[in-house]
Amino acid sequence: MRRARRIRVYSSPWLTASLASLTDRLQDNRNALGLLFLAPAAILLLVFLTYPLGLGTWLGFTDAKVGRPGIFIGLENFDYLWNDQVTRLALFNTIFYTVVASVIKFGLGLWLALILNQHLPFKPFLRAIVLLPFIVPTALSAIAFWWIYDAQFSIVSWLLEKMGLIHQYIDFLGDPWNARFSTIAANIWRGVPFVAITLLAGLQTISPSYYEAASLDGASSWQQFRYVTLPLLTPIIAVVMTFSVLFTFTDFQLIYVLTRGGPLNATHLMATLSFQRAIPGGSLGEGAAIATAMVPFLLAAILFSYFGLQRRAWQQGAKD
Amino acid sequence: MASVATPPVTDTQGMNYLVSLPRRIVTVWVPLTVFLIVLLFPFYWMVVTSLKPDDELLSRVGNPFWVHHPTFAHIHKLLFETAYPEWLWNTMLVSVVSTLVSIVCSVLAAYAIERLRFRGSRYVGMAIFLAYLVPPSILFIPLATMVYKLQLFDTRLALILTYPTFLIPFCTWLLMGYFKSIPFELEECALIDGANRWQILVRIVLPLAVPGLISAGIFAFTLSWNEFIYALTFISSSEVKTVPIGVVTELVEGDVYHWGSLMAGALFGSLPVAILYSFFVEYYVSGLTGAVKE
Repeated sequence: MRRARRIRVYSSPWLTASLASLTDRLQDNRNALGLLFLAPAAILLLVFLTYPLGLGTWLGFTDAKVGRPGIFIGLENFDYLWNDQVTRLALFNTIFYTVVASVIKFGLGLWLALILNQHLPFKPFLRAIVLLPFIVPTALSAIAFWWIYDAQFSIVSWLLEKMGLIHQYIDFLGDPWNARFSTIAANIWRGVPFVAITLLAGLQTISPSYYEAASLDGASSWQQFRYVTLPLLTPIIAVVMTFSVLFTFTDFQLIYVLTRGGPLNATHLMATLSFQRAIPGGSLGEGAAIATAMVPFLLAAILFSYFGLQRRAWQQGAKD
Repeated sequence: MASVATPPVTDTQGMNYLVSLPRRIVTVWVPLTVFLIVLLFPFYWMVVTSLKPDDELLSRVGNPFWVHHPTFAHIHKLLFETAYPEWLWNTMLVSVVSTLVSIVCSVLAAYAIERLRFRGSRYVGMAIFLAYLVPPSILFIPLATMVYKLQLFDTRLALILTYPTFLIPFCTWLLMGYFKSIPFELEECALIDGANRWQILVRIVLPLAVPGLISAGIFAFTLSWNEFIYALTFISSSEVKTVPIGVVTELVEGDVYHWGSLMAGALFGSLPVAILYSFFVEYYVSGLTGAVKE
């Protein structure tokens, strides 16, 4: 250590010896050095992640308002929210949004991955532009969708009308069910590239000799997909879909930009409702309770991911 | 890195030569074209809309897919009559600083977990993975109360301090994968030659992990550039807003939507990440897939 050496020149022998031995001991002690290296990340995460996680749960059991610390009120928030029509609708919307969007994202993503796994010219370029929707800020692409969904000047309506399929412009975001499906479509648009590119990475690790063997045995292309591709891909599908479900379930930006939860709360998700109650509404406790209510669902997704990972390790020949 | 254990297969053609051309057109090229058109259309639409004069935007006659009389009025309005340049600067500053902070913290943490193997390092690794799964949507309320108490409300520092909560877990997890792929023997050689742990990290491990550092850096930068809910909650003055927040909250005035400048704002907010991404696609993809695979 340069610092210890420099001190050795100027300071007393005793101090030198003790400093040198301290740094030596630190060098030798994996535990101490490990803690030292871990400290910056650990402090940031403990202060700004673990503590807020606990604080959020606690706030859910209080009647905190903006600028006023709350007092403990037990399950009152949850009791109130359980009987609140808007919260129930938000729970339904969240589950509907997550299930429909995830299933379609998985189907389209797997399809796109299988296409991109073919022998294609400009493959790296294709892969790069496919991923574009995923990397641009969601809030900004949501604004583009807002314009695409405009009730009067929507390009989709224009196209459908010119094709003679509809006779008046579609009110994409003004009608509850239209709004639900429009936001789901925008979510799918953003999520498909992620699913496709990660599944493509999984597909590329499958050796073509399996397919050759299967086709020599007379397997049709559907059978090859069903009995070779799918089983080998299952572990990575489990992980990718867990992430996808997690992101979709906690989605906020897209809904906030497109509809702010409207019309008639038809597109409110748990996250947007919790924001609306807590920040503009000022009921921090109520908002925190809604956010806390999402945790069990997230835990279920994480456990699912954990077992997916386990199975993958087992398939690769790792010990338990 | 996973690719060390299972190298990607280069011969993906397999028995595809048996598939006839017309069949390939139907099964590959047609669906691929449709996918690409749908995925890229919103970007095309942003460009076209930002260049259209208002009367073309708000008319139903003529071909809407093309700009007949392109104008820079919307872009000029955006850059010179709104606080947009300030938002760009804020976003850049916050993203760069929080990325740097996160990378430094993550390198140290990943090295400690993966290589120093101190007591309990496995559990810390698991905890980091779990931290990665905690979504901002359930943290923003308690964080808002903390930010308020720390008197950081409406400052860039609030964002710089909170963004690492989702960047560090991701970067650490990614870098752990990269560090794992560096042979232990290299470190042992250096130890025998008298290097200490710090020298090993800086002179041996980091140069070998440069691809991982770039992946983590690119990913962290785009994640912080795209962040929305924290910036929306912790920031209220126009001059400290980030691009996504500024565009969504300030460019929308009442019931009159200035679609041209809105689209220009969305376009210019997307360009920096898109350009950065285009230079480092491979690193980005390996970061994305590495994080899922590990």
